[in-house]
Amino acid sequence: MSSKGHEAKAARIRELLETEGEAVAANTRGFNTGRYESVAKLDDYQRLRQEAREIKEDAIERLPELLEELTEAVEANGGTVYVAEDAADANRYVAEVCEDRDAERLVKSKSMTSEEIEVNDHLESRGVDVVETDLGEWVLQVADESPSHIVAPAIHKSREGIADLFNERFQPDEPLETAEELTMFAREQLLERIKGADVGMTGANFLTADTGTMALVTSEGNARKTVTVPDTHIAVAGVEKIVPSVEDLQPFVELIGRSGTGQDITSYISLLTPPVESPTVDFDDPETPITDGPSDREFHLVLIDNGRLAMREDDTLRETLYCIRCSACSNTCANFQSVGGHAFGGETYSGGIATGWEAGVEGLDTAAEFNDLCTGCSRCVEACPVKIDIPWINTVVRDRINRSGDPGQFDFLVDGLTPDAESGGGPDLQKRLFGNFETLAKLGSTFAPLSNWVANAGPVKGLLERTVGVDRRREFPAFQRETLVEWFEDRDSLVPADPERKAVFYPDVYTNHMLVERGKAAVRTLEALGAEVVVPRAPGAGRAPLSQGMIATTRSKAERVADALGPYVEDGYDVVVLEPSDLAMFREDYEHLLPEAEYELLAEHSYEVVEYVYGLVANGADADALASVDGPASVAYHSHCQQRTMGLAEHTVAVLEERGYDVTTSDVECCGMAGSFGYKEQYYDLSMDVGENLGEQFRALDVDHVVASGTSCTDQLEDLLGDPPRHPVELLAPDGGD
Amino acid sequence: MTAEPYDRFASRAADFGVEVTRTSVEDASTTIETLVEEPVVGAPLPWADVTLPEGVPTDPTPTELDEAVTGVTAAAFAIADYGSIALRATPAGTEPVSLFPDRHVAVLREEDVLPDMAAAFDRLGETFRATSGSAVLATGPSATADMGELVKGAHGPKAVDVVVVR
Repeated sequence: MSSKGHEAKAARIRELLETEGEAVAANTRGFNTGRYESVAKLDDYQRLRQEAREIKEDAIERLPELLEELTEAVEANGGTVYVAEDAADANRYVAEVCEDRDAERLVKSKSMTSEEIEVNDHLESRGVDVVETDLGEWVLQVADESPSHIVAPAIHKSREGIADLFNERFQPDEPLETAEELTMFAREQLLERIKGADVGMTGANFLTADTGTMALVTSEGNARKTVTVPDTHIAVAGVEKIVPSVEDLQPFVELIGRSGTGQDITSYISLLTPPVESPTVDFDDPETPITDGPSDREFHLVLIDNGRLAMREDDTLRETLYCIRCSACSNTCANFQSVGGHAFGGETYSGGIATGWEAGVEGLDTAAEFNDLCTGCSRCVEACPVKIDIPWINTVVRDRINRSGDPGQFDFLVDGLTPDAESGGGPDLQKRLFGNFETLAKLGSTFAPLSNWVANAGPVKGLLERTVGVDRRREFPAFQRETLVEWFEDRDSLVPADPERKAVFYPDVYTNHMLVERGKAAVRTLEALGAEVVVPRAPGAGRAPLSQGMIATTRSKAERVADALGPYVEDGYDVVVLEPSDLAMFREDYEHLLPEAEYELLAEHSYEVVEYVYGLVANGADADALASVDGPASVAYHSHCQQRTMGLAEHTVAVLEERGYDVTTSDVECCGMAGSFGYKEQYYDLSMDVGENLGEQFRALDVDHVVASGTSCTDQLEDLLGDPPRHPVELLAPDGGD
Repeated sequence: MTAEPYDRFASRAADFGVEVTRTSVEDASTTIETLVEEPVVGAPLPWADVTLPEGVPTDPTPTELDEAVTGVTAAAFAIADYGSIALRATPAGTEPVSLFPDRHVAVLREEDVLPDMAAAFDRLGETFRATSGSAVLATGPSATADMGELVKGAHGPKAVDVVVVR
């Protein structure tokens, strides 16, 4: 992307932060808090997720067979199934049904699939009056806007905004003001339209192959009226919505509301085996009992391929088809919470999983418009009820986008600095610079402190912003002349005679070149607890190139890391990692990059540094060998997003509390920096908007110590609070004197 | 059936703002009557020993449906863990009668209170495969937050009462 492109993107994000940010933030954060509370009530939450995952894996595997079974079931019930190749095919069929039924009006309940095929426009161009009956969708239809959220489409609109819209458009006798007034007004308006409807259209959250039953997850009751009142029902659904049997619906029904809007269950789960037995309600014949005479019901199930069957054949995009559109990945995403789906979304879908959908349905160009907003923080992985590895999908699509691009005009500037393994068009200059951070860090240490003066000098920052898009408002981290590895090599060996454990401390790029003190503290802490520690030279873990979608480069780093650390593990050493994002590489991402045996060896023997301290103390090491705390001391702790996803924040809290600290943890999903994200010119404002939530909380705490586990969290907190936080291990380490 | 699933159901239904009244076969009709606000429409109850109170008309016209304040129907079963009731789609109009009026009064047999969602879907699977039926699991009143805060009665009932007949 060019500098102009960066500026345009930054301007668009600033505009959305101003106009929609407040409403989106309040709603998504409310949903997200509700999710935590609601899933906590389930004793068997993880088992339900596993079950749901397995049902989806099996269903997508057997999709052709289930499609056939479903078709037979629907037809045996008296309905019709049409499998549409693409949006145009689906729209043509729907228009034909409307024409056959002489339909003048079609009422709809909320359906993202119908948004995907843009059926409203198609029908309206053929003279059918299409009315959205979901209140949120209707607001958008009146306002002529698009959904900003897949479940709550008008999440970006405030009550005041809706009141202004309705008062202007409908000129009611008394101006509408409260949510109650607005809702009742919409209910009346929509009831009149439903009464005169000829066709009802719904989506389908799930379809069961055994019975031809569809499940609709709703709260308002409009879907029930849409199905019941008119005699013709058209359901549009992606082919991936099929599950084998009615019983398979159970885990999804228990998970979908909790995961999305934080409701244990939504008001209505309609389980319809159409044509339904309920009588139609014919308001054109208002004085005849509805039960008089047989109802002449017609049902059309329009199953939409539109790229899905090709996604099924794609090893990465296939997982997208497990998505149940609950919106957990939107609500838990720090960036989404700030900008919403109008920035973090494509043609139809929004949020974390949208990259997969848009890449599969629309193509890479559409996915490229917002894919960078996923920072890979991984908070959504834990929130997803079907355990989709959303960051990995986003990384692979980013890699594909990189390869489809043209080499940029400034690439020669960084050629020597970017010894990456990327081929094809290659990532843009900005991505290459950040993806090759390890090389920069090596040079930075070699030429420190000169490199620090140069990097933060005005002219250089200006050049970096214009050419590469590094935001000039960010201070560069200071490189240290002596790296952690050099310090360790120059120091007297402290191998205990009979060590409890042998630990190889992984010198990640940031700890080795920049935040060296926290590395020294880690070494001293482990040694104080009786472990033998070595700090070998080792390559970067590959987090930087992976975050830029440079998978080939990352793989080569992963292989070199495995070569460097593997022999230690085989020799009985535990791998201790300080940077949580690198530990997440070893434990999670390397699964995609290394042969299984090598991945498992590293993953099973790697520990986060304070997790390891916790383990040593739990196994009898004397915690009193650590730094003592004089009197009551308070700590504000911001764990790292990936550390939290791995379930490792609790260890740090436990160890600090054991040492006598009064610990308060941050309640945000992410600090907003997320590696290089916050350094990028086009995302600086968004990054600071996200970070402000953390800044606000910590400023209000007024504690003795602020600590953070990750490097980028440390950078962000320094920018937010003015002072750099320390790593928790620095509060634990005994004085070294070295 | 022990008392336990009923208590769990009543407490969970209350979480969603549903009033649950427990009654006997003999008193069922009177209990229903006290909950009804006129005009009322109903769908016949599928039991020999518990019937709709006199004065609750069935087979409503569209106009009657539209004007009714209360709709009385049977619930096929309930799910204790969720405070949900299952309303079957019937030719007699359980679906519209439970949906159009502002108040829905559902009548449930206590032996039909199932403990959890797994039991509910076991029953639904069996039934649907045998009958190709339809049902809605209804939990609390109709609701929306689309207008800026939670409002009851978005398109469906604003209030739900469940009469549990022992």
